[in-house]
Amino acid sequence: MAEVTPVLAPPPAAQATHGPKPALLAAPRHWGWLTGAILPVVLLVLWEALARMGVLPANLLPAPTRVFATIWELAHTGELWQHIGITLWRVALGFGLGGALATVLGAATGYSRRLFQLLDPLLQAIRNIPSLAWVPLFILWMGIYETSKVVLIAVGVFFPVYLNLMTGVQNVDRKLVEVGRVYRLSGLQLVRRVFLPATLPAYFVGLRSGLGLGWMFVVAAEIMGANKGLGFLLVDGQMTGRPQTILASILLFAVLGQLSDAALVALSRRLLRWQDSYSVVRN
Amino acid sequence: MLRLEHLRKQFSSGTTALADVSLRVHPAEIVALVGASGCGKSTLLRLVAGLEAPSAGRVFVNDEPITGPHPAVGVIFQEPRLMPWLTVRQNVQFGLVGLPHAEQQQRAEAVLARVGLAGFADALPLQLSGGMAQRVAIARALAARPALLLLDEPFSALDPFTKMDLHEYLLHVWAYDQPTLLLVTHDLEEALVLADRVVVLRGHPGRVHEIVPVDLPRPRRRTDPDFQAYKQHLLDALDVRADALPLAVAS
Repeated sequence: MAEVTPVLAPPPAAQATHGPKPALLAAPRHWGWLTGAILPVVLLVLWEALARMGVLPANLLPAPTRVFATIWELAHTGELWQHIGITLWRVALGFGLGGALATVLGAATGYSRRLFQLLDPLLQAIRNIPSLAWVPLFILWMGIYETSKVVLIAVGVFFPVYLNLMTGVQNVDRKLVEVGRVYRLSGLQLVRRVFLPATLPAYFVGLRSGLGLGWMFVVAAEIMGANKGLGFLLVDGQMTGRPQTILASILLFAVLGQLSDAALVALSRRLLRWQDSYSVVRN
Repeated sequence: MLRLEHLRKQFSSGTTALADVSLRVHPAEIVALVGASGCGKSTLLRLVAGLEAPSAGRVFVNDEPITGPHPAVGVIFQEPRLMPWLTVRQNVQFGLVGLPHAEQQQRAEAVLARVGLAGFADALPLQLSGGMAQRVAIARALAARPALLLLDEPFSALDPFTKMDLHEYLLHVWAYDQPTLLLVTHDLEEALVLADRVVVLRGHPGRVHEIVPVDLPRPRRRTDPDFQAYKQHLLDALDVRADALPLAVAS
C-alpha cells in the first residue's frame, strides 16, 4: 500500500498556461514580424533608388512609386474595384465549387473502403493530367465566358482539397474511433464527434493549397480571354507596353492571395487551438 | 454478473489467442487477469467489451449475451485516448450522449472532483501530464456509470509513483458505486493491490491456469510478508523461468 496523498491543487506549471503570457515569451513574436519586413523594405528602397538614378530602364522596370501611382489611378477611376471584384468572384465561385465537391468525395473515399476502390483510381488518373491541359476543351465546351473560367479554377482547387481530406480521414486514430464505438455512437455521431474534428487539420492544409491553386488558375483563365479582372490587367499592360500596370496587377494578386490565405489561417487557428504541435508551442 | 463460456478466439491470420476460457465474476468483484505477453489477456478484454467477436463461446453481462459494445460496460484503455479537441469536461461527457445537459454537467463535475481534477475541467488534454490524462480517462468511464468496468493495462505507460497514486484513485472512486472491475495487467503487485481474485492465464493460446483468491485485508501493503508470499505464488504459477518469457514485474 502506497501512502500517496492525492494532489488536489493544480500544479503551478499547468496554471501558467491559462494566464497571460509573460512579456519575455511575447517578445520573439514581435521581433519575428519585424525580421520578416527587413528584406522587402531594403529591396523596395534599392529598387526605387536604382530606378530614379536611371539604372533600371523605366520602360521595363518602373519605380515602385510609379506602380503605386498606377494602382491609385485605377482606384480613383473606379476601374480597380471592377477588376478586383470580378477576379474575387471567380476565385470564390471556383473555390466554393471545387472545394465542395472535393469535400464530399474526399470524405466519402476516406471513410469507405469500397468507395475508395471505386473512385480513387479514376480521380488519381485525372489528377495526373496537368490542369491547364483542360483549357482548350473547357473553352470548346463552355465558351470563353464565365463558366469555363470558374470550372477551370474549380478543377485546380479540387485535387489538393480532395487528397488532403481523404488521407486525413484515412489517418484518423483508430484508437479514438474505438472509444466512440465503446460509447455506441451511431455512424453519423461518430463522423460528427470523432472524424470531423480529427480531420480538420488535414482539411485546412488542403483548403490552403487549394486556395493557392485557385489564385494560380484565375490568372491562367483571365490571361486566356477576359475583358475584366486582374489577369486581364496583366495582358492589357503587356499589349500596351505599360509594365507598371503588370506590376500593379502582380502586387494586387500578392496582396489578395496573402489576405485570403491569412483568413483561412486565422480560422484554422481558432478551430485547431487544441493541437499539441510544435508551431503552437513556438507561438 | 459477468460470465464467460468456453471462449475461443482465432484471428483471421490463423493465430489462436484464446482456447476455451470460462470464468464467472460476481457483482462488485475486482478480478485481475495476469499473464505473459501474448497469452491473450487483452484479447479476452476486447471480447468482453464487444469490440471483437469470439470464434466460439459466449460472453454474458447480467445474463445478456454480448454482441457488441454494451451500455453497462465501460472500458479504460492503456492510453488515455482523450479527444484532443475537447476540454477535460467535454471528454468526461463524451459517453453521455442523450442525457439531459444538466445531468451531463452534474455527473462530469462529480467524477472530476472524485479524481481530483475539478480545477482542470476547462483544460485541454495537451495541458495534462500522463497521469492526469489517465485520471480523466477513468472519470470518463465512470461518468457513464458502468456496472462492469474493463481496464486494459491502464497504468502500464506510467512511472511507478504515478502508478501507485492511480491505484489509490481507482480504489477510492470504485468505493462510490462499486462497479465490477476486470483488470488486465502484467504487473503482479498491481494485481495484488487491487484484486479480490487473480486469474493466471498461460500458454499460447491462453488458458486459465489458476485462479488465486487474494485473502489480504485492505489497504494492502506491498512490503507485507503475506503480500510477498502471494507474489511468489503468482510468479510460480506463471512459471516465468520455465517459459523464459519476459515478464514485467514492478520493482
